[in-house]
Amino acid sequence: MELADKNTDGAGKSLGAYLAGHLRDYGLLVALIAIMLFFQVVTGGTLLKPVNITNLFLQNSYIIIMALGMLIVIVAGHIDLSVGSVMGFIGALAAVMMVNWDWPVWMTIPVCLVAGAAIGAWHGYWVAYWRIPAFIVTLAGMLVFRGLSLWLLEGQSIGPFERSFQALSTGFIPDIIGMKRPNGTALIAGALAVILIVWMGLNQRARNRKYGMDDEPTMFFVARNVIVCGALFYVMYKLAWFRGLPNVLISMVVLTVVYAFITENTTLGRRIYALGGNEKAAKLSGIKTEKLTFLAFVNMGMLAALAGLIFAARLNTATPKAGFAVELDVIAAVFIGGASMSGGSGKIIGAVVGAFIMGVLNNGMSIMGIGIDYQQVIKGLVLLAAVFFDVYQKNKG
Amino acid sequence: MTSLLEMRSITKEFPGVKALDNVNLTVGTGEIHAICGENGAGKSTLMKVLSGVYPAGTYDGEIHYDGKLAQFSDINDSEDLGIIIIHQELALVPLLSIAENIFLGNERAKNGVMDWRETFRLTEDLLKKVGLSENPGTLIDSLGVGKQQLVEIAKALSKDVKLLILDEPTAALSEHDSQALLDLMLELKAQGVTQIIISHKLNEVRRVADSVTVIRDGSTVSTMDARKEEITEDRIVRDMVGRDMSDRYPPRPHRAGEMLMEVEDWNVWHPEHADRQVIRNASFNVRAGEVVGIAGLMGSGRTELVMSIFGKSYGKNISGSVKMHGQPVDVSTVGKSIGAGLAYVTEDRKSLGLILEETIQKNVTLANLPGVSKSGVISQGEETRVSEEYRQAMNIRTPSVFQKVMNLSGGNQQKVVLSKWLFSGPEVLILDEPTRGIDVGAKFEIYNIINDLSEQGKGVVMISSEMPELLGMCDRIYVMNEGALVGELTAAEASQEKIMSMIVTDVVDEPALGGAE
Repeated sequence: MELADKNTDGAGKSLGAYLAGHLRDYGLLVALIAIMLFFQVVTGGTLLKPVNITNLFLQNSYIIIMALGMLIVIVAGHIDLSVGSVMGFIGALAAVMMVNWDWPVWMTIPVCLVAGAAIGAWHGYWVAYWRIPAFIVTLAGMLVFRGLSLWLLEGQSIGPFERSFQALSTGFIPDIIGMKRPNGTALIAGALAVILIVWMGLNQRARNRKYGMDDEPTMFFVARNVIVCGALFYVMYKLAWFRGLPNVLISMVVLTVVYAFITENTTLGRRIYALGGNEKAAKLSGIKTEKLTFLAFVNMGMLAALAGLIFAARLNTATPKAGFAVELDVIAAVFIGGASMSGGSGKIIGAVVGAFIMGVLNNGMSIMGIGIDYQQVIKGLVLLAAVFFDVYQKNKG
Repeated sequence: MTSLLEMRSITKEFPGVKALDNVNLTVGTGEIHAICGENGAGKSTLMKVLSGVYPAGTYDGEIHYDGKLAQFSDINDSEDLGIIIIHQELALVPLLSIAENIFLGNERAKNGVMDWRETFRLTEDLLKKVGLSENPGTLIDSLGVGKQQLVEIAKALSKDVKLLILDEPTAALSEHDSQALLDLMLELKAQGVTQIIISHKLNEVRRVADSVTVIRDGSTVSTMDARKEEITEDRIVRDMVGRDMSDRYPPRPHRAGEMLMEVEDWNVWHPEHADRQVIRNASFNVRAGEVVGIAGLMGSGRTELVMSIFGKSYGKNISGSVKMHGQPVDVSTVGKSIGAGLAYVTEDRKSLGLILEETIQKNVTLANLPGVSKSGVISQGEETRVSEEYRQAMNIRTPSVFQKVMNLSGGNQQKVVLSKWLFSGPEVLILDEPTRGIDVGAKFEIYNIINDLSEQGKGVVMISSEMPELLGMCDRIYVMNEGALVGELTAAEASQEKIMSMIVTDVVDEPALGGAE
């Protein structure tokens, strides 16, 4: 028996019904803010001190950068378990190039990114063209590249690096108007970001109205923007009172915006979602599914390489343990951010917020002095709770 | 005559729709009762109510079984009383043996340890009863659909079945297997097993059924008793569709224009069994404004033929030529086929045609994203405008194009698939079972869309298992059997008998498909 078409359109519904339909979108943001407030209180205000906010970004940048690539891999219906090892391997490779072989920084960085892309291509080749499950291919890759970084480093740590390389991670954008404290660049960037977010939000809203799309009630729109912009400017203001904008924050923001645009607004992005949603249907619609799968892994490898460089730059040394078990944090971030294991759904912004939730949990619990044992337990339960929430919502709706 | 089952005034509502409205069904002890009705008429819902899939309390009305009021809270309750359903999609585990499948969940075991000897002995008895000469240890995987069906029945018999319900049991069976199955039904009837058969194949209904209940739009339309009166297929059809056969297909003037597509000497081998030729020397053509049908039994290679043409999406070692407007075209990938002006609307819209979790809008534009984008960036406004246009033109019944496709009915889903392919701007549309699984009203709309396409000068190739549909819609019909096109008939000369006789004659003349000779 065919059901009549369900009317789940937003038109003419109450605020409550709208909220219920979009609980996931708001929930993630609310969860992040709640977790931040919680740790702000229990750490006696340490969490949101300028220096700690700066640290939060520095500590989590590499996770966030890899979460961007992982989201795409997961949307395409696959997984990449090798990213931690690849990240460590590329860090080691960069160290060997710069310290042992005396390569200049400007040469090392592009070569390492290409090496990462090549590693991704290796994985992608087996997954896309031989249809070997990504879990197996990248599990193999995880072992291979863990082993190769040990071999490359001969079990030792290699460092330190030149200042110009360290700047990848620990550098800051200079104050363009020379206010020093607070840092003018940070304040201006904050103000510009707020204006941009509100302007884009209004545009989107006008467009939704025009085409009769699910319309967000004005109250929610205002509240959401006030909270997001308020939080954003607050963070920028705090950063301004330390050393300003970290370089890595800029790379992160730029990458996030670029990837969000690609996934949501381009034919390339749409095709990746279609591939993950129903590979056979996508293929019969003329989409080159193998090539897209291959490219998703190439991209992941390149981002893992970038993460490896940033991580090595931050520690100012490449160690054999770098990147150990990081793939789990990255994958967790993407799933907390609402992506589905079966592919076809998930958003870049979700993955980024998911990564921040993991990051704030790590940072907050460390400040509180909670042992690594409990930290793992709590992170595990948060992941399960987030995914349970998704599944529950889906079954109910 | 006593009745084993009486369903009285069953009413079942889903949000927004009354699936069953006061349905009455009486099944006499020891008879075979047929339930007929179009897809979506409510047959499956009725059976779900009966078997407890929809538990007591979620519907109105009463079920009296074996003289008692029955209130099942789940499917186990009904099975305990000997009511067993064999669904259209068989529920066997492919990599377990026949014996293991028959006793799955009902294992012959002592303290959790399987008693294999007993299991195999009982299985052998059951297989004998259903007339299946296979070793109980054979894996289901290696059996054809017909034999699997028999295993399902054996499984039902192992549970001491009193009322056996067969939902479209012959839909996927060959003529020979179907006959064997119908014989078995009569045999079981002689042994006292009451049966309900749900079927579209009215000749089969006529052959085995003692009485027939016709359901339309969720209500009982009529009940006929073959022991008292003659039941004709025409009468069943009239009751099923609520109007005479004659106006089931909207008329269209025949006006074939210039030659659009020509396929010549098409040969395809099986993707896994390299020695099996699936398509043999098939040649056919379509003219502008023409609707060309491909008739044939299930498994005759119709889908394989068109899928191997469309981007070589099926098969290996494909040879032959495809011409558009007299010029040879490259159809080696789906993208190139679309570029050449082809579109293929699959028979399996849920797994091959749609992305169910996505919106109507995103499905409509999928095969032609460049059509709504500039240098790789999608214009969401343009996308909405286009899909909105198709929603109105195709009459897709949905509040908005932002609705997920999974929430639509079969007919509306099919219209989304059609919209997707129309937006790709094809000259020839290949429609594979375009009305499968959709209700009468939507079928009529699809026929109108097909007529519109022909009016616009597009060529349509239509595959269908429903012969009346081909006869009613096509200008020309090719008959396919065992991988070859064995005949061609014009609308004027085509008839159900002629098509069948072409298929039957061919079976005698030609070696069987898949033979490694």
